Amino acid sequence: MNNPQLNKHGELQHLLSTEGLPVHIMRDILDRAATFLDEADGREFKKVPLLHGKSVFNVFFENSTRTRTTFEIAAKKLSADAVNLNIGSSSTSKGETLLDTVDNLCAMHADMFVVRHSSSGAAHLIARHVAPDIHVINAGDGRHAHPTQALLDMYTIRHYKKEFHNLRVAIVGDILHSRVARSQIHALTTLGVPEVRVIAPKTLLPSHVEKLGVQVYHDMTQGLRDVDVVMTLRLQNERMQGALLPSAQEFFKYYGLTQERLALAKPDAIVMHPGPMNRGVEIDSSVADGPQAVILPQVTFGVAVRMAVMSTLAGNTK
Amino acid sequence: MNIHIKNGRLIDPKNRVDTQQDVYIVERRIVAIGKAPQDFIAEQVIEAEGLIVMPGLVDVAARLREPGYEYRATLESEMNAAVAGGVTSLACPPDTDPPLDEPGLVEMLKRRARALNQARVFPIGALTYGLKGLELTEMIELTEAGCKAFSQADAPLTDTRVLMRAMQYAATFGYRVWLRPQDSFLAKNGVAHDGEVASRLGLPPIPVVAETIALTTALQLARETGVSLHICRISSAAGVELLRAAKREGLTVTCDVSMNHVHLTEMDIGYFDSNCHLMPPLRSGRDRAALRAGLLDGTIDAICSNHSPVDDDAKLLPFAEAEAGATGLELLLPLVLKWAQQESVPLLDALARITISPAQLLGQKMGHLSVGAHADICIFDPLTAWKVEPAALKSQGKNTPFNGYEMQGRVRYTLLDGQTVYESQL
Repeated sequence: MNNPQLNKHGELQHLLSTEGLPVHIMRDILDRAATFLDEADGREFKKVPLLHGKSVFNVFFENSTRTRTTFEIAAKKLSADAVNLNIGSSSTSKGETLLDTVDNLCAMHADMFVVRHSSSGAAHLIARHVAPDIHVINAGDGRHAHPTQALLDMYTIRHYKKEFHNLRVAIVGDILHSRVARSQIHALTTLGVPEVRVIAPKTLLPSHVEKLGVQVYHDMTQGLRDVDVVMTLRLQNERMQGALLPSAQEFFKYYGLTQERLALAKPDAIVMHPGPMNRGVEIDSSVADGPQAVILPQVTFGVAVRMAVMSTLAGNTK
Repeated sequence: MNIHIKNGRLIDPKNRVDTQQDVYIVERRIVAIGKAPQDFIAEQVIEAEGLIVMPGLVDVAARLREPGYEYRATLESEMNAAVAGGVTSLACPPDTDPPLDEPGLVEMLKRRARALNQARVFPIGALTYGLKGLELTEMIELTEAGCKAFSQADAPLTDTRVLMRAMQYAATFGYRVWLRPQDSFLAKNGVAHDGEVASRLGLPPIPVVAETIALTTALQLARETGVSLHICRISSAAGVELLRAAKREGLTVTCDVSMNHVHLTEMDIGYFDSNCHLMPPLRSGRDRAALRAGLLDGTIDAICSNHSPVDDDAKLLPFAEAEAGATGLELLLPLVLKWAQQESVPLLDALARITISPAQLLGQKMGHLSVGAHADICIFDPLTAWKVEPAALKSQGKNTPFNGYEMQGRVRYTLLDGQTVYESQL
């Protein structure tokens, strides 16, 4: 089966998932992202004309503020024309199908689509459908994948830890419903992290999760011991009660990241979160605001990584 | 018309015949096998040298989409597909719109089908009104209208008391109850087997226990009520094992499997191929192996197409939103032949699963080539190799997970009641 992300030269045509993304492409994206950040403090973005004259359509079938905004900033820093569409509130509610919407946007001469959709596989469907000169970036599809989030997480880890081959990484929380976790796992294993752990109650783990190459823990005390990186996940409001979990309080009591628990990790461990955080549910405020948290730098790096992805795609044509 | 089918290899699983013999048809029936009867003058000779002559296929699950879903398929298009696939008898599930819960609907369907004169249609009546799982249908009236069994199709029946009452009532009159075992709570919103692939792709899962729990309930109630129970579309190794034990114990239970599940697994979903969005879901390789073993040892009685034509728009959606189902009538025979070849199953045994066995599940006398039987016959060339091209299918549903597959064996003639209803273009 052909890798739907690559063109016939083996270059990145679409970014749909970190699964099956060749390691050299992943590393190139991280390297390129670094060039967009000011070397002095690593905080400022340079404006470059790499996407001058191109139209980037941010098509969000599911609400998002942060991800959409970082994509918009990234597109503008690359001198592209960025168009934002919140489809959730227009076309589909009028009965238009996903591919009809996409066809209409193609007719407006889109060069690149950034797509978020509540259904797993939506970005693959669009990528299969569009003309060969159009690129698709998956900004989150159902529970499946959120590759740019995972890549910015990898950038963050590399920024603080330099290497991947000597790390122990723990991902904590709702793995079952998380596209972020799936993409993180594939990215970490591809980049050579020798030990990836997932920590969650059984109700929040997909079956056969160990086949993704992770070690499964149900206990925070054991799972966090001696890790270099703690990646927390957002617990969606609708999962906080009912048959998956009895309450947010009980979740926090056993799986919330507190200072005491973080002390089990290595002293220089970093704490990450894809945002938006639920303080007092998956993470304690003292950790979120503490010296080991790198949550705000993640957001900054996110812009650079998205610039790197967009400019990489724009340079590759079928 | 008097027809002489000449020099063909006759395979008739019911009579355990596999030999080169001629078949003689007068009017609607087979009048002789082997030697021509006295005074027989053929009006048509079908030269069947190198071809296999078998009973017309009997398919226990083919959705014709009428009434209610004519934009997906019509009786005309799907009956054309049936005879092109050598299928001369088919049972259609009650999940039409409205469902087959009124005698008038059943009579209309039978009448429309009869007028087309291509394949025999055996409606399966709704077990409960509107398939809602609340009130029993008028099973006696529906049987008089032509229903051969009663089923919920894929609609849930969550209230076990209603299920037990339905079985008791059906058992009173000796009616068959057909159930596809799936616990609706465990399967809620699910679209793929709860395994490696669904976990990786983030698809809402349907665990195997959804099947085994519902199956255990159905078997237990069958024991209690004495109903004649048929299990539709078994999909898991654990399900096959439960059925094997039930049969060993002597329970009156039968079972079918869809051809999709004999050949495919969850891995075929690949990158979200919505043609592999099927109900029940495609399961693991281990499950497929167990289904094949169940066919070999007789735990599974029949193979069906589970023909479910879906229009393109309903498939061109993200996997979970796409409608479940695949077209199948024209692929049933080649896929059974492929399975037989892969597992070295003698044709006599393999073809029994699509002729005499399903006929018995429907309580019908067809599915064999005995003298005196209605001449429902499929004649196919076992050596013709062809490639599945959706556009070339007669069915209005072009959705198939077997797109591009190489098949061997192609129907040349289909006879229904002594009339040639299909002849292939060479």
